[in-house]
Amino acid sequence: MYRYDEFDHQFVRERTNQFRNQTERRLSGALTEDEFRPLRLMNGLYLQLHAYMLRVAIPYGTLSGRQMRQLALIADKWDKGYGHFTTRQNIQYNWVKLEDAPDILDCLAEVEMHAIQTSGNCIRNVTTDHWAGAAADEIADPRPVGELLRQWSSLHPEFSFLPRKFKIAVTGAPHDRAAVKVHDIGLRLHKNEAGAIGWEVIVGGGLGRTPMVGVTVRDFLPQHELVGYLEAIMRVYNLYGRRDNKYKARIKILVHEIGADTFKSEVEAEYARRPHPTTEVEERELARIAAYFAPPAFDKLPRWSASFEEAKLANPGFARWAKNNLGPHRVDGYSIVNISLKPEGGIPGDATAEQMRVMADLAERYGNDELRVSHAQNIVLPHVRKDDLLAVYQALENTNLAAANYGLAGDIIACPGLDYCALATARSIPVAQSISRKFADSKRQDEIGKLKINISGCINACGHHHVGHIGILGLDKKGEEFYQITLGGSSAENASIGTILGPGFAGHEVADAIETILDTYLKHREAGEEFLATYRRLGPKPFKEALYATA
Amino acid sequence: MQLLKNNVLVTDNWLNAGSEGELPSADDVIVPFARLLKEWGELSTRAGKLGLRLSNTDRPEALGTFLPRLSVIVLPFPAFNDGRAYSIARSLRDMGYRGEIRATGNVLPDQLQFMLQVGFDAFEIGERFPLETWQKASRQMSLAYQRGLFRQASVAEIWTERHTDAEPWLEQPHAG
Repeated sequence: MYRYDEFDHQFVRERTNQFRNQTERRLSGALTEDEFRPLRLMNGLYLQLHAYMLRVAIPYGTLSGRQMRQLALIADKWDKGYGHFTTRQNIQYNWVKLEDAPDILDCLAEVEMHAIQTSGNCIRNVTTDHWAGAAADEIADPRPVGELLRQWSSLHPEFSFLPRKFKIAVTGAPHDRAAVKVHDIGLRLHKNEAGAIGWEVIVGGGLGRTPMVGVTVRDFLPQHELVGYLEAIMRVYNLYGRRDNKYKARIKILVHEIGADTFKSEVEAEYARRPHPTTEVEERELARIAAYFAPPAFDKLPRWSASFEEAKLANPGFARWAKNNLGPHRVDGYSIVNISLKPEGGIPGDATAEQMRVMADLAERYGNDELRVSHAQNIVLPHVRKDDLLAVYQALENTNLAAANYGLAGDIIACPGLDYCALATARSIPVAQSISRKFADSKRQDEIGKLKINISGCINACGHHHVGHIGILGLDKKGEEFYQITLGGSSAENASIGTILGPGFAGHEVADAIETILDTYLKHREAGEEFLATYRRLGPKPFKEALYATA
Repeated sequence: MQLLKNNVLVTDNWLNAGSEGELPSADDVIVPFARLLKEWGELSTRAGKLGLRLSNTDRPEALGTFLPRLSVIVLPFPAFNDGRAYSIARSLRDMGYRGEIRATGNVLPDQLQFMLQVGFDAFEIGERFPLETWQKASRQMSLAYQRGLFRQASVAEIWTERHTDAEPWLEQPHAG
């Protein structure tokens, strides 16, 4: 894992002091709320429906046990004993007091964390594959580039007042778990025929009001050119992105309005115009960072673990959890453990301080002291020996963290919605809870198989409903919440935007509607066919008929 | 109007000219871009110094041939969060412009350091905040990760600092 050196420490400390000073000026009245607002947003502090919310950056979703424990401490000391892991691999605290915010930032700085640029019209926290460094299909760990971009984008003086927020995602594996095609910039590592490594640069994807899949502006950018090239993209966006309408201000609209070819040539012209200093420093910096992400010293283990196989035979609950929640590790004898933060009837992404501490302990004891936050709002222990899986499972079971629904119907992604969020038009959490209860039966979930259900409480799409296999969007119709259902979205390498099925449903009808859709899928699917594949084969027609025939 | 330059207040002696009308023969004048294009012949041979007022939609790369004759370029912040002028300023510095770049409009102390880093060196600061706030504002951060910024002496570039001392084996002079 990356460790701060004296420069990183000083940088975060100075930033925290600056914010403390700004907060004092606000509390004394020297700054008006209008003047203070952009300053607090740049430090992750939002004013929500009931209180301030602090969003803490978890760069590329990677945490150590010590950092997770500090997050638990913050939850206990300054919040109500829990935190909410978000779809951008961050954590949010929902009940923060303004005067406490600088102390919380100090507390984060102690463990090499911050809340810089988790809001505002700037480059947000860089996200990546939550299985990075562990996945069996990975070409290279994308996190060194994630860290390089974290540093480069931190308080970037030219790009801190962009037309709109800006999100970058990075993946180093052919199977895209980072949704790079629906980000402002997506970077995909791949090898050319000569075996060299380069980056596909995808620009202009996004969700929100106008969901779009990004376009490729460079097929194979050499790694040392990344920073310079991204600066060229950012400058074109900063100068020519729309600022007259915030709903048309994301880079996807610029790319769409001027056309991908014109956009590309603007970027190339800007890149050619830049005074090209040597990229030697960037190369050395990347090498320095990469050393921190060297793979841990894995034990040489057989692929097959007798104790693991025996434990599965003896314990059906463990066997089911192992079948659903483990990912294939690149090293024999190891597994990736996906801890579901989606217990039956729970709030997706929420974890109590106690649960955080248990996960921190497990990471330290069994997981090489590493944790990841996934964009599906789960926690990952990336490197666990198969021999230790039973012990990990038992510890999780004792803290209500052993839901065996990873990637299934119960593994619902949902934004905080109208229960917390000032932008929301409808609640997300109760809908997630009702669906979770509807499909609580584990046999049923296993029968349905791989499924992504995503819920957003407004058009801004923080729950990524456009790319859910089943997407649910909460809207407000004359003071009543109602929910639109889309089918066929995907954020993977074959990304697609879901199609709206028909008229919306009241909140209490949604779970039944999902059940009808899934019954239809089960009726029509071919052997071994996942929901998305069936939908793509049949289109919306049978689902529409089933849903609206009785209406 | 008073200007903040090098952290002290100085008097602005420039005349802000409109898009047309007589220009006094020897004064230093600032003209909008359209007028610069239209009257370049006369403007380039005037006795006084010449400044330019750009809008956010003027393209910096169109200024190439004019830059050597310009002593001031004024860039607007119609709102504090309209960040186009940051890119324009940095482009102008990248193009080799060494004259004054002046920020006007909604210029706030907490953005001062960013403006300095992209190459602004003069600020129309108005009356809202005391001078002391401005002077402190330019010293809030002593470090920046980005390279190629228009550096203040007090701000270090982290990446450059980290890698200043090349690995000794690379630095060995060639034997013989």
